[in-house]
Amino acid sequence: MLFHLSPSSGVPIYLQLMEQVKHAVETGALRAGDQLPTIRKLAEDLVMNPNTVVRAYRELQHEGIIELRHGSGAYISEAVAGRTRVTRKAQAIVQSALERLMSLDLTKDEARRLFENELALLRAETNSEGGKND
Amino acid sequence: MTDPVIETQGLLKSFKGLNALNGLNLSVPAGSIFGFLGRNGAGKTTTIKLLMGFLKPNGGNACVFSLNATDAAAGVEIRRRVGLVTEDKDLYPYMTVEQIVRFTRGFFPRWRDDLDQRYLKVFDLPPKRKISDLSKGMRSKLMLLLGISHGEELLILDEPTEGLDPVAVEEMLRELVAISGAGGTTIFSSSHQLEEVEQIAEHVCIIDRGAAIVTGSLDDLKAQYRRLRIVLGEELRAPIHWADGADHVHQEGRTVEILASRNVDAILNQARSLPGASVECFPVTLKEIFLEHARRN
Repeated sequence: MLFHLSPSSGVPIYLQLMEQVKHAVETGALRAGDQLPTIRKLAEDLVMNPNTVVRAYRELQHEGIIELRHGSGAYISEAVAGRTRVTRKAQAIVQSALERLMSLDLTKDEARRLFENELALLRAETNSEGGKND
Repeated sequence: MTDPVIETQGLLKSFKGLNALNGLNLSVPAGSIFGFLGRNGAGKTTTIKLLMGFLKPNGGNACVFSLNATDAAAGVEIRRRVGLVTEDKDLYPYMTVEQIVRFTRGFFPRWRDDLDQRYLKVFDLPPKRKISDLSKGMRSKLMLLLGISHGEELLILDEPTEGLDPVAVEEMLRELVAISGAGGTTIFSSSHQLEEVEQIAEHVCIIDRGAAIVTGSLDDLKAQYRRLRIVLGEELRAPIHWADGADHVHQEGRTVEILASRNVDAILNQARSLPGASVECFPVTLKEIFLEHARRN
């Protein structure tokens, strides 16, 4: 099985599932046109609520990562090929930023916390401006 | 929105002057897997007995399928339409598995033979064995089989995984997911096993001392709750009046820890405006929410 969820972490399960589908797409484990398991199959395999799978699939569709075809299931969208290119480019930026941070003698944990913190603050800023979450 | 399958308002029940239920409000949407959580003695089983019409409340309302559970005739109708799996596994010990299935199906007009046959296989239950010779886990599975095979639109389970080993628990959860995925069945399950509920439930209610203390969609709760750790530039001279939603504030020296149940963005902004503050924000698990509330009461 491609996906592994940790139900008792504080992160909503549908978000975990979305993250893992996105990650699989970014790494090329899932490619444009690949079919995802049906909602019932995935719910039973991962022992999770079917409605949670529905929510993850809907949000992924909304973000253009997958396409839901009536009656035949969920497929990785053709549009993600472009996203993969952008992700590769972004990866290079993150790498060089990390190298510079490491040269300041920052530990990996410190760097991770700084990143997460800045992301959380960015989110709070967008929200207080009345923007949409994420 | 369709009507909730289960709804209670200000439900009260006392035994010998002690309040078991203290104004419980509950609303269970149709088609969901609903986790009813609480410590032992919080009032879970009492609630289920009231919903089934086995007990009469001292006040408030309890409705199942919009039928008033306190009304005797409606109680009969409710019991006929609900698959109930209770904690006490007192089945007739002298019957065999096969016999109890046949005995039980007589009471339920919509009994599903295909389901009882399917779950005899899924749960690997020996049809010819006497109930007195079954292990605790097998008895739990047999109870679940009897509950499921009613073929009804509501399945109420009281601590269904009590006494099961981890493999059997996972099997049972998988079956509940499968029943839910097939559509048309609402599952209401009480438990004090947070991880199990967290795994499959869509909505939860945490009950403590007979009242609901946390209720909502599990994903929404996880999205709303945050733990913040703030390290201040200098020690505060006066305590801060935090924004609404900062439920629990703990301060030690220059460090402030906050458990926020909502309004996290406002609290974050407030924290950032403090001189020299560095702010960290963490997700919160259901267990943390549960323990936090249990401690506070």
